[in-house]
Amino acid sequence: MSNITNQSLSEILESIKSKKISSLELTQAYIKNIENAKKLNAFVTTTFDQALENAKKFDNKPNNEQLLSGVPLAVKDLFCTENVKTMAGSNILNNFVPSYESTVTKNLWNNGAFLLGKLNCDEFAMGSSNETSFFGNVINPIGDHLVPGGSSGGSSSALAADLTPATIGTDTGGSIRQPASFTGTVGLKPTYGLCSRWGIVAFASSLDQAGPMTKTVNDCSIMLEAMSGFDEKDSTSINKKKETYSKNLKDNIKGLKIGIPKEYRVDNMPKEIDELWEKGKKILKDLGAQLIDISLPHTKYALPTYYIVAPAEASSNLARYDGVRYGYRSQKGKDLIEMYENTRSEGFGDEVKRRILIGTYVLSSGYYDAYYLKAQKVRQLIKKDFDDSFTKVDAILTPSTPSSAFKIGEKTNDPVSMYLNDIFTVPVNLAGLPALSLPAGLDKQGYPLGLQLIGKALDEQKILNIGYAFEKNCGYKNEIKKWWS
Amino acid sequence: MSLDKEKIKHVAKLARISVDEAKVDSLTKDLNSIFKFIEQLNELNTDKVEPLTSILNQSLRSRKDEISDGKIREKILKNSPKKNEEFFVVPKVIE
Repeated sequence: MSNITNQSLSEILESIKSKKISSLELTQAYIKNIENAKKLNAFVTTTFDQALENAKKFDNKPNNEQLLSGVPLAVKDLFCTENVKTMAGSNILNNFVPSYESTVTKNLWNNGAFLLGKLNCDEFAMGSSNETSFFGNVINPIGDHLVPGGSSGGSSSALAADLTPATIGTDTGGSIRQPASFTGTVGLKPTYGLCSRWGIVAFASSLDQAGPMTKTVNDCSIMLEAMSGFDEKDSTSINKKKETYSKNLKDNIKGLKIGIPKEYRVDNMPKEIDELWEKGKKILKDLGAQLIDISLPHTKYALPTYYIVAPAEASSNLARYDGVRYGYRSQKGKDLIEMYENTRSEGFGDEVKRRILIGTYVLSSGYYDAYYLKAQKVRQLIKKDFDDSFTKVDAILTPSTPSSAFKIGEKTNDPVSMYLNDIFTVPVNLAGLPALSLPAGLDKQGYPLGLQLIGKALDEQKILNIGYAFEKNCGYKNEIKKWWS
Repeated sequence: MSLDKEKIKHVAKLARISVDEAKVDSLTKDLNSIFKFIEQLNELNTDKVEPLTSILNQSLRSRKDEISDGKIREKILKNSPKKNEEFFVVPKVIE
């Protein structure tokens, strides 16, 4: 019983169903782990009393017909949770208590799960290391000097440290896949529009997408099934029949065509990443897949495009933080305008301010055509690269990140070097496609590395299947020493 | 192009963010390095490319123009830093 929290979500669900463990015992085991892991700084809010109540309620009247029956889950603090503080890693929201629940979390609860706590993240999900959070940086369980990735760094850290059986994050430019890669876990960014954005603190609305972060591919399919679905309250939600990803999970990938894009071999990429990619290709080939060389010629322009589009949308979305209707208000300033300026200056951190300024500038009169319009044109070219490739292949295999987890503080003084960490993940967001990051090996320091599978729009099932087959044959297992407890 | 301090102060004004004088130099340096990176896009000729307006091949849905929500003033006012019973309260605007 003591090691129930080491297990995958699907194993835990099985144990609950067969009454090997009660929901209460399970919840207590996680609470104990969380209390012993304060050093990781993964949680910003815990809801233990509420979780214990929910667990008891479940045990009294178990309903095992649901996808997530009786399971406590912690979620990224970017999802609004009714009557539970939602701060998005920012001082400007540090007293915000939503009176509504995000659609995605509501879907999880409707499937039998309940809230265990809220997980730290980069401020407004702007960051690749969790160092921009107002509530302090999160530590990677892999090593006490390492970042857990970002922006869903609290989520990746908590998952890898057995503080939650599975979790959810959001991914605007790699914020699920990069932290998954840095912690040896599985992360999926779904097709834009598959999971509702309603009730998620907005960063860049044409790129933001919520997705699961789990220990296994099977767990990922269960979570995706639970959280996805059409929502009238999100104007870009896709109206289609709900899929049963977990039931349809298959490990036969014989004959599938896997594209290998030459542009993902970048200068100065560590040899280990290249070797990992070769290993991944070999595994898929041995399973009967066919490898096909492809070209995505505009890949190098994805990151510069992203750093126009995302800040532009952010500057517009974050205009709502004015100190009037909710959130922090500065006490300084002699009139309304000064109150706004001081509120936003004191309430936002440096990275968020930088991005608001970039966004305001690229949208300002006289510069719109040179920056924003130009970026939307290049975005079209990037999308077309993928469209063209997907006439020839079923999925695309690339590394998830150009390096393993880096040291805390290593990149904080150089924003561009921080941004470059998302070089392999950003193109997918610009094109609205689904992509899965899978743990695939260790570098010479013993830190996890991930590979990414990119699919056609709404082809989540296929990349999950390929991932499932890959996982069975890769032999990767996270072995983390619990140095923090 | 490069951004000078004056331009940055102007943009900050537009964004309603007061900038600490002591931080203007480092902000100028950071923003210029970011813009240098962004301006790689100028290598590309995009004269004949249509800008992307939506990544979904669907148009935005419209809903019926009818009231679906309301009478939640208390909930809406709940998180306000300053309010009275019916309104958000802001610093005096009219002299």
